[in-house]
Order: sequence, then structure tokens, then C-alpha cells
Amino acid sequence: MSNIEIVNLWKVFGNDPEIVFEPDNINKTRSEIQDEFNQVVALRNVNLSINPGETFVVMGLSGSGKSTLVRALIRLIDPTSGSILINDKDILQYNSQELENFRRHSVAMVFQHFGLFPHRTVLENAGYGLEIQNIDIDTRNAKAQEVLDLVGLSGWESSYPSELSGGMQQRVGIARALAVEPDILLMDEPFSGLDPLIRRQMRIELKKLQQTIQKTIVFITHDLDEAITVGDRIAIMRDGEVTQIGTPEEIVTSPANSFVEEFTFDIPKTRVTSVCNIMVKPLTEEFDKRYVVTPESSVEDMIPLVLETGDPIPVVDSKDKLVGVVPQQKILELVAQSARQEYSE
Amino acid sequence: MSKTIEKLDSEVKEKSTIARYVISLTIFVIVMALSWVIHLLKITQATDFPVNFSPPVTNAIDDFVDFLVVNFAWMFDWMSDQAKVLIGKIRDFLIWVPWPFTILTILYTGWKVASRNVGIGSAIALLLLASFNLWESAMITIAIMLIAVLISIVIGIPLGILAASSNRFDAIIKPILDGMQTMPSFVYLVPGIMFFGLGNVAAILATVLYAIPPCIRLTNLGIRQVDIAVVEAGTAFGSNRMQLLTKVQIPMAIPTIMAGINQTVMMALAMVTIAAMVGAGGLGADVFRAMGQLEQGDAVIAGLGIVVLAIVIDRVSQGYINNRNQTTSIE
Repeated sequence: MSNIEIVNLWKVFGNDPEIVFEPDNINKTRSEIQDEFNQVVALRNVNLSINPGETFVVMGLSGSGKSTLVRALIRLIDPTSGSILINDKDILQYNSQELENFRRHSVAMVFQHFGLFPHRTVLENAGYGLEIQNIDIDTRNAKAQEVLDLVGLSGWESSYPSELSGGMQQRVGIARALAVEPDILLMDEPFSGLDPLIRRQMRIELKKLQQTIQKTIVFITHDLDEAITVGDRIAIMRDGEVTQIGTPEEIVTSPANSFVEEFTFDIPKTRVTSVCNIMVKPLTEEFDKRYVVTPESSVEDMIPLVLETGDPIPVVDSKDKLVGVVPQQKILELVAQSARQEYSE
Repeated sequence: MSKTIEKLDSEVKEKSTIARYVISLTIFVIVMALSWVIHLLKITQATDFPVNFSPPVTNAIDDFVDFLVVNFAWMFDWMSDQAKVLIGKIRDFLIWVPWPFTILTILYTGWKVASRNVGIGSAIALLLLASFNLWESAMITIAIMLIAVLISIVIGIPLGILAASSNRFDAIIKPILDGMQTMPSFVYLVPGIMFFGLGNVAAILATVLYAIPPCIRLTNLGIRQVDIAVVEAGTAFGSNRMQLLTKVQIPMAIPTIMAGINQTVMMALAMVTIAAMVGAGGLGADVFRAMGQLEQGDAVIAGLGIVVLAIVIDRVSQGYINNRNQTTSIE
């Protein structure tokens, strides 16, 4: 597992990017710079710190710089200035040999349009990363088979990508990335090209998969719903800048500005609010063991319990010790708030 | 009110068009009149172009070729000898194989790589060639063509790959290829005669020069057309340039490269026929000789023989390409 430290990262597209850094221009907005100098600022002073083993979601609309950011992390795009420290080494200083090694062993990417090799079978696709490391064919195929089993594609090894559905193709993409056993998994809108139903299913599977593989995942999306489902933390980007970083709960319950607020408008607060943030001290030690929740679960999870019992819902930790209760009134308040959100549209 | 204005407008437009025609016509008449006057007064400066650069340039080229031929005779001779031996061997082999085997082979290959109809059709076509006593000539044509195609592929595909990976090289080679493809086909015979004299070797050089452009172009195009997302994926996994080329770009460009080779084959066949003018043997030579001796019957039959051969080669190679594309089912 690796931690990623992005420091003062800039990317300017155009023939004269340096002009943006002149003292007179540095504070100009993106559109001013585009009008005056015909340079496009894709990333503006991005600072992010991504912890080992977390699923970090970068969210933004198209043109917000999120794809540029993830491509910079594997140097498919070279940033204009700043540094990207992965395990305290600046990957922007790597020479071509170091870069090749870094791409082969430390990081792997899953693409929006899958990027599968149409002339190779599913097994050969999954083993590609190992093949270019000159690993012998038996080891390579064994590993490819293992990751294909992991993503649920057993039995499709000798098919070609064009014979697979979109969801299955993206599973091949994920398997191909996992086969090289990277520390970091970059996912650039991996589910955007899929049907809504498959998309939801893939998100849930990714969450499960992450519990097994425990990688540092940088996940790019334009869909807040998706960000909240898969993300431990979310960074919201707008016009190349990071607007807010926080847990899904922080983003939804306390948006940094009106832009983020508008984004989060559709997300019901009951879904992201954790129980531990609204529970109160219990009055008694006794509680009904049938209707308990954990502090980490969301308010949404409590709603079925409310229907079954009239008492406050007890909250217990992993050792079955009572740590708090949630009065029914609080739950109803939040539900009412979410409902108002929905109807005010 | 507005209608009258429109009407006026269109009238004005009509008038201006007529005026333009009148002016052009007047200028033309004046120029013709002046030309007549110039010829009447015999103003030679205006009728004959005052300078002629041709002699010095022609001399320079003559000298250069002489220099090459004198100083590198050993090299041209060596190349010529090798090529002659090779053509001889292939031709001898093709003629040595008894005709039933050759026809069965083409029947089987056509059937396997293209379709049943192509296989049977090709076999019948070869039977026709044999029954009109064109067998030996056809085999000579095929021998020369095969060598020329082989050389074109060996040189053309690497050049195409180079052009795909370097924009600068592409910019250099593109105008050269454009020039080569607009040149009349018998101009290609010139360099062959200059270095190798009359014969099959000159014919091969001319054929290679004529047939190589589509091979280079389509290899270049095929590699450049590979989906950028797939190339990006290959790069992201740490492929170096060579791996990217051999494992991703070239395999995905194969259908286009094959189309290029098909064109090269067809152009080579066309050129081998014309190369009869510099002494190449085969069906072209039959046509050429028959024409020279005013034997129209022989000329027509040999000419039709070329057509039949071209159709067989095209059908078989086209069928191979189509089948291949279907089975690999590139999206």
C-alpha cells in the first residue's frame, strides 16, 4: 500500500504554459487565461494527500481536470509544475527507465473505454502487464486465471473482448490491472460507459473486492451517487481546482460552497449521515438486542428497525457494548428533511 | 415595394454576370489578335522560350549515372547476378512442378483461404491458361512478381512503421510517395535500365518502385489508426516502444497492412506486364512480341491471360483478408 502526496500540481495545455505563472497572470481565472493567452489551465495548484488503502474519489463535471489529474499520476500526461510523491519519491523526476518500472509494478489503471486489446483473448488481456515484464507464460497464465476468477470471469478465458458485454469487458480491465499486483489502482470513470443497473452492481462488487485486495484506489467519477457509494473520502474539483475534500458525510452535510451544495442536493441526508453523529447518551444500560445498529452504519439502515420497535434504537460497538441510542424523533427529522429535498425540486 | 427592389436586384446581378462574360471574351480576342501579330512580325523572343536548362541538367545526370555504373559496377553486377539466379530458380521450380499439382494446390488454397467458389474458379482459370499454351509465360510472370512483392514488403513495412512512429519522417516520405504515385508507369523503367541494363532485373527494380507506395502508406495508416485508448492502456502498463509496436500496434494494424500488400501485389502484376518493354519475360513479353509481329490473335490471348491471372490473384488474396478480418472480429 502506498500513500500519494500531490503538492502544488499545475497542468497548463498550450504552446506557452510558462506565461500563466507570471506574477501578473497567476491570479487570473481560467477563462481569462484562455481568452488572453490561448492556454488552458487543466489543473490549478492541486494539493491532495491520499492515505494507504483508502478509496479516494475525485469528482467533478467534464472539464474539471479530474481525468488530467489521474493521468498525471501515471504520467500519461506530464504536469507543468509541482510534484507527485508516491512513497516519498517524486514520480515526476523519474527517467524513462524508472517510469517504465513504476508503471509495471507500482500502479495500474482501469479506463473508461476499457482499452482492451481486441486481438487478444481475455486471458491474454489479463496477462498483458505480466507479459511485458517478460514473466514466463505459465506463471503469467496462472496469475491471469487467478484474477479472472476474482472478478467472476471464470470460463471466459479464451473469448475475445468483442464477445463480451460492457460490464464483463470492464471486469477484464479490472483483472488486467490487478494481475500486476500494483500498490495503487487508478480508475478513470470505470463504470460510466455501462448501463445503470450494471453500474450499480459493479460499484457494490468493487466495494467487496476492495475488502479483499486492500489497494490504494484513486477513483474518478462525475456521479456523486457513485462517489458516495465507493469512496472513503471525496475530493470535488471545479475548473481545475479542488473545491472540497472530505468524507461523503462531510460533503453532503456541510458543503463548502453553493457549487458543492448544488451537487449534493439530490443525495438524501439519511444515506450518508452516520449513526455516531446523531446518537445520544443512553438513559439505561438495558437494550433490546434484536434492534441494534453499529456507530458506522447510516441512518438509512435504521429505518426498517423504526418500523418494528417503538423504542429508541440502541447503538452497540463491535464488542456488543451499548455506546448510545438514537431517539426515533431524530430519525424522523432527518427523513422529513430528505423528503423535503426531494419534493422541492 | 420590396418586390420591386428584389426584382431590381436580380436584374442588376444578371447584368453584372453578362458584363463579366463580355469582358472575358474581349480579353481572349485581344490576346489572340496579339499572338497573330507576334507571329506576323516574327518576334522570336516571344515564340521561343529564351532559356533552356535541359542540356546541362541532362549532362549532369548522365555523368552521375556513368560515375555510379563505372565505380559500383561490381555491386550492380552482384545484385543482378543474385536476382537472376533467384528468378531462374523460382521459375524453374514453378515450371518443374507438373501442372496437375499446381492446379490442385491453387484449388485447395483458394478454397481454404477464400471460399469454395474462389477455389474452383481459380483452378478453372489456370486450366484455361494451360490450355492456351500460356503456362510457362504465366509462371515467369509469377516468379518476377513474387520476388518484387517480397522485396516491396521487406522494405515497405519497416518504412511504414518508421513513418508511423516519426512525424518528421512521415512529412519527408509523403511528398515522395505522392510523386511516385502520380508518375506515369513506364517512367519507372528508366532507373532499372540505367543500372542493370535490359532484362528481368531491371523489371524487378521498376516493379518494386511502382508497387511499394501502397505498402508503406497503408502500414503507416494502419498503425496510426489504432485506437488511442488502447495505445494509452499499453503505455500505462509500462510497455516500451518496441513492445507497444509488436504487441499492440502492429497486430491491430494487420488488416490494413494486408490491404496494402494486396494492392502491392496487384500493382506489381500490372508493372511486370509493362516491364516487358525493358526485356522482362512472361505474359507481358508475349503481348509485346505479338504486337510487334502484328499477330493480333496471340496478343489478345496473352492479354486475356494477364487479366485471368490478375483476377485469380486478387480473388484469393482478397478472400484471405476478408476471412481473417471476420475471425479476429476487430471492433
